Amino acid sequence: MDDIENPKKVNIDSSVEEGEVSIGLAQDFFMGRKYAKTSLYKDAWKRLKRNKLAMLGLAIVIFLIVLAIFAPFIAPYDPIDRVKEDSMLGPSGTYWFGTDVLGRDILSRVIYGSRISLEVGVIAVGISVLIGLVLGAISGYFGGVSDAVIMRIADIFFAFPYILGAIAIMTVLGQGILNIFIAIGLLGWASFARIFRGSILSIKNKEYVEAARALGASNYRIITRHIFPNSFAPIIVYATMNVGTAIIVEAALSFLGIGVQPPTPAWGKMLSESLDYIDIAPWMMVFPGLAIMITVLGFVLLGDGLRDAFDPKMKQ
Amino acid sequence: MTDNNKLLEVKNLKKYFNLRGGFLFQKSQGTVKAVDDISFFIRKGETFGLVGESGCGKSTTSRVILKLTAPTSGHAYYKGEDIFKMNNHELFKMRREIQIIFQDPYASLSPRMTVGDIISEPLEIHRISDKKSRISKVKELLKTVGLNPEHINRYPHEFSGGQRQRIGIARALALTPKLILCDEPVSALDVSVQAQILNLMNGLQKEFDLTYLFIAHDLSVVKHVSNRVAVMYLGKIVEVANSEDLYKSPLHPYTMGLLSAVPIPDPEAEKQRKRIILEGDVPSPIDPPSGCRFHPRCPNAQEICSKSEPELKNYDLSGNEHLAACFFAGKPI
Repeated sequence: MDDIENPKKVNIDSSVEEGEVSIGLAQDFFMGRKYAKTSLYKDAWKRLKRNKLAMLGLAIVIFLIVLAIFAPFIAPYDPIDRVKEDSMLGPSGTYWFGTDVLGRDILSRVIYGSRISLEVGVIAVGISVLIGLVLGAISGYFGGVSDAVIMRIADIFFAFPYILGAIAIMTVLGQGILNIFIAIGLLGWASFARIFRGSILSIKNKEYVEAARALGASNYRIITRHIFPNSFAPIIVYATMNVGTAIIVEAALSFLGIGVQPPTPAWGKMLSESLDYIDIAPWMMVFPGLAIMITVLGFVLLGDGLRDAFDPKMKQ
Repeated sequence: MTDNNKLLEVKNLKKYFNLRGGFLFQKSQGTVKAVDDISFFIRKGETFGLVGESGCGKSTTSRVILKLTAPTSGHAYYKGEDIFKMNNHELFKMRREIQIIFQDPYASLSPRMTVGDIISEPLEIHRISDKKSRISKVKELLKTVGLNPEHINRYPHEFSGGQRQRIGIARALALTPKLILCDEPVSALDVSVQAQILNLMNGLQKEFDLTYLFIAHDLSVVKHVSNRVAVMYLGKIVEVANSEDLYKSPLHPYTMGLLSAVPIPDPEAEKQRKRIILEGDVPSPIDPPSGCRFHPRCPNAQEICSKSEPELKNYDLSGNEHLAACFFAGKPI
């Protein structure tokens, strides 16, 4: 072999860069593994950090998560505790956001309300992603009849108004936080299935998938090792954005009285409770409303930023 | 040559693609005859070249042999056993012995896997050795194909086209196969890098006793590596011969045309030779011409050519094989 591409030359620069990494063989390989899962994400993170709006979104989301987790320590009062004589007080030094009809501290209720919203956002979207991934994978990878059937069912779900569907499911299942997860989760799968199907279709005929098949890799292995890692970015983006939608739907359901039941503090419920007192106690409405708006904005900004971060070509 | 020497034999292989249209109830809108009744064999240890224009069915042939797509009909015997009749278990075992190298070194490596992951995947799938010895095996393979074993943790995008192709070759070698289908392994590379990869493949063939099916559209590349060459046109094999015979005395007018398109690296000779320029484009394989598929573009075409299809016949009288499918084989243009 008279090879011009001198391997030794390549050797020189690499030994400088990677000399420290390859301590032992096993360790070397292990580190490579870890790397495999993060390289794209590291790149995306670098780009995300440069996007100010996305970082604002991320800050909001992190702030909310902290708020929800440490609610008992952050909230100044018990969110359910009624103080009769303090009914409908405006914002003040004692009650920063004021109190509601029953004399409950609105700030504390808004803080506790973040728990429900985040739970719904994360769990319901998690259910959607799960269903969507499985059905999308079947649809995209195997095609044929299963594809046609699954996609037509998805079309039906698309045609159905989100809120109306949620109301219908909640009526059937009955009220309760668990059923909210299920209702919103069930309704959201179609978009995930479609997105995932799309990326599978574009990836499954790539040569590296063919190479894996030529090696005798099973369908399961091809989907999990080759297709998933290469098509996960759009799912992450869309899931982040969808958390905002799920939070709005939950708020709407609670607002309509079929979601979270009192006295559990939920932003949508607080809005509906404020309706009768809009003129005399606007703070009852303003703060939970703002909370919903900022939360959704946070997730949408983050999702938007993630999309640009994962696909820098699209932005230009 | 005895039959025992045939490592792979393809017989009457056909692969048609149905074009479908319409919503839910799909109806056929014609058939693409990508590979239409081809037969050839590959001897152990040789390099068999398969040449033709894009879209003539070369790549489809390799995909079908590996059963990456199902054949429409025909047989492919590997060591005498029909690949298309194998059950899943036998097929899985066969995959250890037949591997493929792809054309595009950018598309053939998953961008989310490290070089180590890519090359050790075949070992993992076939449950060969434990994790630790896999790593040393991967490093060994990297060395074999002329890459730095230290690069095991790098990603494909950190390599050049030629280096990536080496990674692809290392992956194909991991299972110590007997037969490697090379689907235009160098056509996406620069000429200087092409030479390196070809030399590498040549060396590997000797080292590991490999047999190659070498697919290309570049006759000069095929000439450099092949022992025997088959020329394909629109899903059919039109000529098969030893590489030397084919280049010295082509029988089929299409082969003549192809050869005359190969530039001669000598301006004087280049000026003097008569170039045969084939007119028109390759017809659509959905609706191939009647009779000989080459007749609309053939300068030698007569009435018979559009009416009946010429068979692949041996024209070599000295005992070698020189097959051509032409009624006027050997007639100069």
